[in-house]
Amino acid sequence: MNEYISVLIMLFLAAATAAGMIVATSLIGPKIEFADKMEPFECGESQIVSSKRRFSVKFYLVALFFVIFDIEAVFVYPWAVLFKDLGWFGFVEMMIFIAILTIGLIYVWRRGALEWE
Amino acid sequence: MTETVVAAAGSGWLRIIIGLIVVLLFSQLNALFLVWLERKVAGHIQLRPGPMEVGPHGILQTIADGIKLVGKELITPRSADRILFVIAPVLVFMPVLVAFLVLPFDQHLIIRDMNVGLLLIFAFSTFSVLAILLGGWASNNKYALLGAIRSVAQNVAYEIPLLLSVMSVVLMTHSFRFSEIVAAQHRFWFIFLQPVAGLIFFIAATAETNRAPFDIPEAESELIAGFHTEYSGMRFGLFFLAEYTNMFIVSAVAASLFFGGWQGPFGFSLGLPGLVWFLIKVYILLFVLMWFRWTFPRVRFDQLMNFSWKVMIPLSLANLLVTAVVVKLI
Repeated sequence: MNEYISVLIMLFLAAATAAGMIVATSLIGPKIEFADKMEPFECGESQIVSSKRRFSVKFYLVALFFVIFDIEAVFVYPWAVLFKDLGWFGFVEMMIFIAILTIGLIYVWRRGALEWE
Repeated sequence: MTETVVAAAGSGWLRIIIGLIVVLLFSQLNALFLVWLERKVAGHIQLRPGPMEVGPHGILQTIADGIKLVGKELITPRSADRILFVIAPVLVFMPVLVAFLVLPFDQHLIIRDMNVGLLLIFAFSTFSVLAILLGGWASNNKYALLGAIRSVAQNVAYEIPLLLSVMSVVLMTHSFRFSEIVAAQHRFWFIFLQPVAGLIFFIAATAETNRAPFDIPEAESELIAGFHTEYSGMRFGLFFLAEYTNMFIVSAVAASLFFGGWQGPFGFSLGLPGLVWFLIKVYILLFVLMWFRWTFPRVRFDQLMNFSWKVMIPLSLANLLVTAVVVKLI
């Protein structure tokens, strides 16, 4: 039997449990609708501006850095498992790889991309 | 006793089915217990008794709260994106249970001892961030959207030190398999050999679970409730359950990676079964997480991001390099 079938079963079971809880509440709970109640929550006020508005570009920058550094982590993971078998070659290779990324981090830092105002 | 049960269950379908059902029940009961514990700990830290009325010392309080939640109305705001709004709570709940498949409760009490166990947990724990973003965006409420965006930014920032700190443990054990990682700590727990990695892991895990002092995504004094502002009834309950189950998972991973999992200190089991050792460690770590919440003030968002990018990531990289050099030379 494939090892990962259990993951699928677990996902299915969890989804069924969650859906079951929600169906149960929707059967038991009251259902009263009126216009003011269905407004988005705004501390008792009517909504003034839509929530679909622009937000700081800083968040995109963080996402970009994440992609770069996460790929680093993805590369280092198999290396960490095979560390013994790869010998000095693997060691030196990875040191060069991490050094390049560290230079990248220093560059980003010095350019001020990590500063939040 | 556990050995006989496990042996009777064998290793085929029966074991999986039994395991999954036990895990499902355990995770629910655990969440109920943790909510009660959190309120009790909060109460005693603030010199008040906490819940006292329902059951002895309020132990049944969360069950009463759960029944109340089930009886509440499910409100879908008029301007919300209906489909995404409805599936987000289910999506946030699904991946947290998968982690239980590979958690080593005892030497033989692992449902599936996969060779990528550690990787599986991190892969699925990232899923809940997507669900939080979906829920926050679909609510069409600016507090929810802000909370969701903050949650994603925070999670991606702390994901990297988390992964890098775990890597130094993997370097020493050459395996992602939980049973091998725990067995490698027979004499010395990795917290003694890798104190920096352990500290980084625990701080990053606190941030990953959106716990105080890193609870910026749901900072109630500025964002009402953050990403789950619009959620009511059991939909909110699912976010809540997922959060407390996630706390258990990060504590369990920390206990297995750095505190010797099912093993007693320095190879002495003191007659206690592995399961008991494991649960003691996990609940001590959970208590520390709660202690954090009621001790530290919330950090600002710029402090949060700077701390990750300027302290945690360089520190975890340095720790990884030092570990690599030491492992190579020994």
